[in-house]
Amino acid sequence: MLPLFVLVPLALLMIVNLPVGQFLRRWSWGLTLLLTIAQAAALICFAPHLKAGGFLATLIPLTLELDNLSCVMLLAIAIVVGASLLVARGTVSGMKQLSNFASLVLIAMAGMNALALLRDLFSLWLFFEVVGVASFVLIAFRRDRGALEGAFTYIILSGVATVLMLGGLAILMLVGRGESSPLTFANVQAALQISGGLTAARLGIGMFLCGLLIKGGLVPFHGWLPGAYSAANAPASVLLAGIVTKATGVYGLMRVVSSVIPPTPGVNAVVLFAGAAAVVIGALGALYQSEMKRLFAYSSISQVGYILLGLGCGGPLGMLGATLHLFNHAIFKSLLFVNAAAVEQRVGTTDMTRLGGLGSKMPWTNVTSLIATLSTAGVPPLSGFWSKLIIVVALWQGAHYGYAVVAILFSLVTLGYLLLMQRKVFFGEMPAELANTREASPSVVISAVVLAGITFGMGVLFPLLLKTFLLPVKSIFPLQ
Amino acid sequence: MLDTVLVILLTALLAIGALLTAMTSRLLRAAIMLAVTSAVLTAIMFRLNAPLAAVFELSVCAGLVPAIFISAIGLTRRLDPEGLKARFKDRIKRYWFLPVILVAVAAGLSQIHFVTDFIVSAPDSAGETVQTVFWNTRPLDLLGQVAALLAAAFAVVVLLKETTND
Repeated sequence: MLPLFVLVPLALLMIVNLPVGQFLRRWSWGLTLLLTIAQAAALICFAPHLKAGGFLATLIPLTLELDNLSCVMLLAIAIVVGASLLVARGTVSGMKQLSNFASLVLIAMAGMNALALLRDLFSLWLFFEVVGVASFVLIAFRRDRGALEGAFTYIILSGVATVLMLGGLAILMLVGRGESSPLTFANVQAALQISGGLTAARLGIGMFLCGLLIKGGLVPFHGWLPGAYSAANAPASVLLAGIVTKATGVYGLMRVVSSVIPPTPGVNAVVLFAGAAAVVIGALGALYQSEMKRLFAYSSISQVGYILLGLGCGGPLGMLGATLHLFNHAIFKSLLFVNAAAVEQRVGTTDMTRLGGLGSKMPWTNVTSLIATLSTAGVPPLSGFWSKLIIVVALWQGAHYGYAVVAILFSLVTLGYLLLMQRKVFFGEMPAELANTREASPSVVISAVVLAGITFGMGVLFPLLLKTFLLPVKSIFPLQ
Repeated sequence: MLDTVLVILLTALLAIGALLTAMTSRLLRAAIMLAVTSAVLTAIMFRLNAPLAAVFELSVCAGLVPAIFISAIGLTRRLDPEGLKARFKDRIKRYWFLPVILVAVAAGLSQIHFVTDFIVSAPDSAGETVQTVFWNTRPLDLLGQVAALLAAAFAVVVLLKETTND
């Protein structure tokens, strides 16, 4: 079954682009949306039955594995890609452009699905590149100066990351020359454990991780992220901020830290410090932004820091918190970017100094934005509260009191800058030129309502979800 | 002795070729230097007992890619001598540190005596042919390459093709 997650998007891409007139291309958006719904439904209904092996695996022997972290990631991919497609319906003009967008989304989706399922460092790098190339084009999709500049910056930094990652892989291959597949997670972990880790293997994995941090826009390599997000068009920024940088960044890091690097207090200390730095740098950066998408980008950097704090705890509870926050953050950050898309669609700008009082004109956008804001800040009973609570409890249990205090304090800072954004955009006095503003197009509103529903539902139904769906996630983390 | 001299010579040529590719003020020269750099890399790969990788490097990176670059450059307008001079100065101003870094790294590396000999040949593939590696050992990577090529094709369609509003 598992190869279908990679093969179906690619097959659909080829089918909708067959040179048989415009008929199939007209359906590409709808078919891609159906695929995302099917993926989400398959994961929710049949997750325990999806497994490696079976008839298809013998026919196409792709080395893929599914665990609970993969399930969470695949579900987040399906939801955010679906939301992005709905936003594209309302904001991308012309059938050809919409079809091109859907095709690029299919490539990115195939790449991200593969990232969630594979267990080999070389394949991990290769699919980073697949998602990366699709992302360059998505950022540059608008073809104006800002978009091309954002894409160019991403390409250059991605090139540097590629050199580091390939260099690291080459060193790891030298270390594991005796193995037939020296770069599988298990073999690299074995190489790192030989007499406390060979220096060359450590250097290799270190270089690979540096490349991964650049590609995922993680602190201290986050400089390109705000520019790329704000330069991309609305649906592309939903996709990039919501899931692409999660799949290529923090998910990759979680996978490498939990499956490749042997858990040691030293590694955990580095991850914790990086997480706390991201929380602080992102939140402080967000305080000084006057453009919505840039503000959300900095907020994203800060929230990814929380995921790292959970990961750095080095225990099942921390891993559970990190995984849950990865999912929640993908959803509520996508929602904030959908709200920015709604404002941009109707007003033509996301510059907060030119906005105000839109709440009465755009009630759906206003309410869903408030839900996303409160969830990001960790206000109960929304989903963000539970994941942050678990992370703080895990930090406290691990005697990382200082980091726990930072996590709580900067949640308040998050609440502050996001409520300020809410006030500037949706409340206060409305500029005269915005008097005729109306609610965003139905597809954008539907996208926002679905994401807000998930954020609210995940919060309210948390006790139920915890036992049935979330607790098994801890099983992927080696118990200490 | 002769072998060591050859290694140093090829590595130096590779570094100089890459440096000139980045620093030259004419696009055409940059494309040609890129081809030369790839040709030197091909020689290094042959020496490291990786003939298939070398063949790919020679045909694709030293042949096809520069040919595409040169055809694209053929469609552009030539800069006047004044413009070229200004660009040359700009390049020097922007990238003066690259040769400095290169010399510093070379000097640093020459001082380190590696305990492990990193200049190793590729392992014997024990009967594994390219076909078996591609199709049997790493089919997922093959799929990844297909996806990357499709993404590149869409990049050309989306970014370079004029679209009409329909």
